[in-house]
Amino acid sequence: MLDQTARPSRLPHAAGVGYKPQHFAALAADPGAVGWLEIHAENYMGDGGRPMAQLRHLAERFAISVHGVGLSIGGEGALDPDHLARLKHLCDWLNPASFSEHLAWSTHDSAFLNDLLPLPYTDTTLARVVEHIDQVQTALGRRMLLENPSSYLAFAESTWAEPDFLAEIARRTGCGLLLDVNNVFVSATNLGFSPQGYIDAFPLAAVGEIHLGGHDEQSDDHGAPLLIDSHGRAVADPVWALLDYTLARSGPRPVLIEWDTDVPDWPVLEGEAARAHAALQQVPA
Amino acid sequence: MRVTQSEFRAALIDARLPAPEGLHDGAARPAGRRFDVYRNNVAVSLTEALHEGFPVIARLLGKTNMDGLAGMFLRAHPPQSPLMMHYGDGFPEFLAGLEQLSHLGYLPDVARLELALRRAYHAADAAPLDPVRLAQVAPEDLLGARLGFAPAATLLRSPWPIYDIWRFNTEPDAPKPRAVAQDVLITRPDFDPAPHPLPPGAAAWIAALMAGETWSAADDDARADEPDFDPAAPLTLLIQGGAITQLTLKG
Repeated sequence: MLDQTARPSRLPHAAGVGYKPQHFAALAADPGAVGWLEIHAENYMGDGGRPMAQLRHLAERFAISVHGVGLSIGGEGALDPDHLARLKHLCDWLNPASFSEHLAWSTHDSAFLNDLLPLPYTDTTLARVVEHIDQVQTALGRRMLLENPSSYLAFAESTWAEPDFLAEIARRTGCGLLLDVNNVFVSATNLGFSPQGYIDAFPLAAVGEIHLGGHDEQSDDHGAPLLIDSHGRAVADPVWALLDYTLARSGPRPVLIEWDTDVPDWPVLEGEAARAHAALQQVPA
Repeated sequence: MRVTQSEFRAALIDARLPAPEGLHDGAARPAGRRFDVYRNNVAVSLTEALHEGFPVIARLLGKTNMDGLAGMFLRAHPPQSPLMMHYGDGFPEFLAGLEQLSHLGYLPDVARLELALRRAYHAADAAPLDPVRLAQVAPEDLLGARLGFAPAATLLRSPWPIYDIWRFNTEPDAPKPRAVAQDVLITRPDFDPAPHPLPPGAAAWIAALMAGETWSAADDDARADEPDFDPAAPLTLLIQGGAITQLTLKG
């Protein structure tokens, strides 16, 4: 059991990074601009060994955000009760400063597809997502944050705009939102809408955390740019500008750098966190 | 028109199927290759997970063959759990069932060894027994003793030289595999699981103890395999690997 005394109950309005085991020693020696850490819940559902020992060690020093990638909240079927129980077990043990998941699905007919797949925005899917979030918040006994997706395509059947859909979910469930600014930029480029317009329409008061990550650039069948949310490189300049735009309207928030593939050495990742820290310094409290 | 998740999933896993109708690019044109982004994410991430989980199998087969097998495995056995640490549980049996790999009879057991190492990595922690306690047991009491084992401690028995093959493909300058049957004990002294080849009789001895048999019953099992069996070497392996967690004396 972790010592729960003096554990932070919320994420600081500071820069954080997605934790990678190869950075353990560097992070323990000097976290630099990094004020908190995020872990992927599914990587810490083993029974023991090094991952759990490292997490125990880090949780004594940093506020931790648990970020799930496998609950399939946007799935047509019921939530997996075993997976929900595993999440509860992890959150009860760790008592993290935040728990978040995605507006996406990944499991259908018991097959897990290991990707965040898109859903149409309709009254039917809204009701289902709301029901699932109620179920998660009840099971975990805590408020969760729901993250906006990166989109490569859209559904003809959708009747809601994404910011309105997320705002209505937050209103009905009381959940908070995780605003991934890179996802907004990726989706806006891919689907041809204004990223600033999306931020303007977003319920910023409900935002409990902001994500930033790098994207790759490809092109679609018509030669139009198609951005891929790869988390495999530095955050792009227009995404930093969109962060400034967002923070100017939302006020300070916990800001996370995600870098999940081709993970760089610690100084490079810390440099990205320092840039997020500098962006936060510009924002009136 | 409505796109169900069944349709979406079917087209995701089978690239021969067209992208579902009802998906567009934001400008009312068909989604086209935009759907391939999701296909690619699924195929690449699960292929990488199999490479990471079975590095020796990947090395033995070569990247191209392993990539092809990963695709076949994904279509035949999509993951049943969002825990990627368990992905590939069915891979050894899948390999065993492939006619085109039947000339490489050792592959399934080498895959079982890699899977067991990964499980041991994530196994629950357990405080090892102080070896002094074992040393203090009178010889006549030891015969009725039973041992408890750390969750990471794992025994594998194979008619193939699985330890030699594993070592040859993971360590530089390791000797070439010999044509022998090899039993392997996995221990995890701290956080890093390590496989150890066992001398004749030792696997029967450890298997009996792991099944909850007494020391004397385990000894009988081992001697049935190997009349000159001496428990000293496997006992040292178990103690040094922190694999023994409990000692229960009779009565």
